[in-house]
Amino acid sequence: MATLSPTIERAKAPPTTFSKQRAGLFFVLPSVLFMSVFFMVPAVMALWVSLHNWPLFGPHKFIGLTNYTNLLKDPQFWSSLSFTTFYAVIVTPPIFLLGFGMALLANSGLRGVRFFRTAFFLPNVISFGAVCLMWYFMLNDQIGIINVTLRRLSLIHSSLIWLANYNTAMFAIIILVVWKAAGGTMLLLLIGLQAIPHDLYQAASVDGAGGWEQLRFITIPLLKRTFALALVLSVTGSYLAFDQFYILTQGGPQGRTITMVYWIVKNAFISFKVGYATAISMVLLLILVVLNAGQLYLLRDSE
Amino acid sequence: MAVIPMQQEQWTRRKSAHYLRFGLIYFAAVALAVWFLFPIVWSLITSVKPASEINASPPTLLPAHLTTLNYTNLNKVGSGIVRYTSNSVLTALYTIVGTVVLSTLAGYGFARFGFRGKNILFILVLAPLMIPFQAIMIPLFLVLRTLHLNNTLLGLAMVYITAQLPFGIFIMRNVFATVPRDIEEAALIDGCSPLRMLYRVMLPLVMPGIVTIGLFAFFNSWNELFAALIYLTDSDKYTLPLLLATARTNPGLFGGTNWGGLQASVTISMVPCLLIFIFLQRYYVSGLTGGAVK
Repeated sequence: MATLSPTIERAKAPPTTFSKQRAGLFFVLPSVLFMSVFFMVPAVMALWVSLHNWPLFGPHKFIGLTNYTNLLKDPQFWSSLSFTTFYAVIVTPPIFLLGFGMALLANSGLRGVRFFRTAFFLPNVISFGAVCLMWYFMLNDQIGIINVTLRRLSLIHSSLIWLANYNTAMFAIIILVVWKAAGGTMLLLLIGLQAIPHDLYQAASVDGAGGWEQLRFITIPLLKRTFALALVLSVTGSYLAFDQFYILTQGGPQGRTITMVYWIVKNAFISFKVGYATAISMVLLLILVVLNAGQLYLLRDSE
Repeated sequence: MAVIPMQQEQWTRRKSAHYLRFGLIYFAAVALAVWFLFPIVWSLITSVKPASEINASPPTLLPAHLTTLNYTNLNKVGSGIVRYTSNSVLTALYTIVGTVVLSTLAGYGFARFGFRGKNILFILVLAPLMIPFQAIMIPLFLVLRTLHLNNTLLGLAMVYITAQLPFGIFIMRNVFATVPRDIEEAALIDGCSPLRMLYRVMLPLVMPGIVTIGLFAFFNSWNELFAALIYLTDSDKYTLPLLLATARTNPGLFGGTNWGGLQASVTISMVPCLLIFIFLQRYYVSGLTGGAVK
């Protein structure tokens, strides 16, 4: 989806007159004002606030880089950072593999392919709030369908209390997130697949290349840009994870599932340490910029 | 593609391998569809089951009796489900209208007019695509508080509009750019003002783009939890995702464990999204390809 890169076309622009200049500005101005007030101002403020001891209520005081040095000494910051990284690392491959597999499925000439494509994507349009409560019910130890089925199949003897234990809670959340997110990756990759010219495959099969070779030498190399985009979106999304942990584990058990964003929220709105929370979000922003640049660099077109 | 003549025996072997492969693919597709659809269907079914069937061990698969009690009882939860749903509807409407109006104006301006500083302004309005909203949400809270917009649905919608605008403007600029210029030139000769031109001539032509950005604005505002959690403090103003999150963090709101009620609210929250996606999915896909509708 290279279309998201901002390219400004200026070819064939009609001769500009003064009134036309004004008209253009007039059309653009409302959006520019809106973005300035609700985006640019807070973005600049973020840096400023992060240099202050800034309580949610009451006066604030300039403290230089103290928030940042405190952050380095904050054990919860480090454990949130490593937990969020761990989560991003383990949740991305299954989303990717499943998404790619489903994109190939949805791109084959299978009967009813429209139905399958829609079915695979549907969880993507449901809110995390709804998805979490849906799975919370299925994971229940007394009457949840998952425990009931596992007991029926004699795979377990007594019900698992999924969310009370770190390992089972993580397992459940990963399944849930893959269930919700894989369809999005599928759709992105499917759009990329459909943009590959058909004659490439025809030429390859005339040359005797089988399905596997076509996948390896045509599909995967030509999907590189789409892979890069899907990867960036998936990793960014994982680093910003909050909803599922807030709703399902509430950061537990023993505070082991507190993500970066969760830790920011806790600092700002439970401890009222707005300056400190903003410093953490600046660090998170920096991490994301570096990660995304790195991924785009690794998956760049080689030529 | 040229068909290469083959010996009969080889042909049948190829054919049966083909069928086997086809069968496996089909099996995988059906299994995946079941996996993706089951939780949704299970939630829908549970929402119309009486409590006795939900809590039976094992629970009934299909309800023996249908009930609407799980839904009607939601009126006793907090300020009532009608209130929460209308909060969500109102916020979504503000978001859709704001996003569509602002993006259409700006998209037209960027696609069709030359003016000083255009490139810089375009980069400025697209910048949020690179910066996650979570990074600025605390200063944004301070801005909203200064404007007395915190803890209001309108303020929340402002945040959602801001989050949607870069995408909306990008799409609308692309869509306007595909409209042939002679259409405008003909109208221009008739002495049409730019605003009138946009309204009378262009608007019908860019309708698919408007549907696309309206659709994304709807999904993102209807499903959003994080900003709602931070910017809304009165439980009276909660949107549906916030109600759902609260059902877990504060079960007392639903009168203890009330599985039927929970799944009924899940249903209320998800069904509009499912239906809208099923009927308008080509516009959704067009949003991902930069605005081209096939």
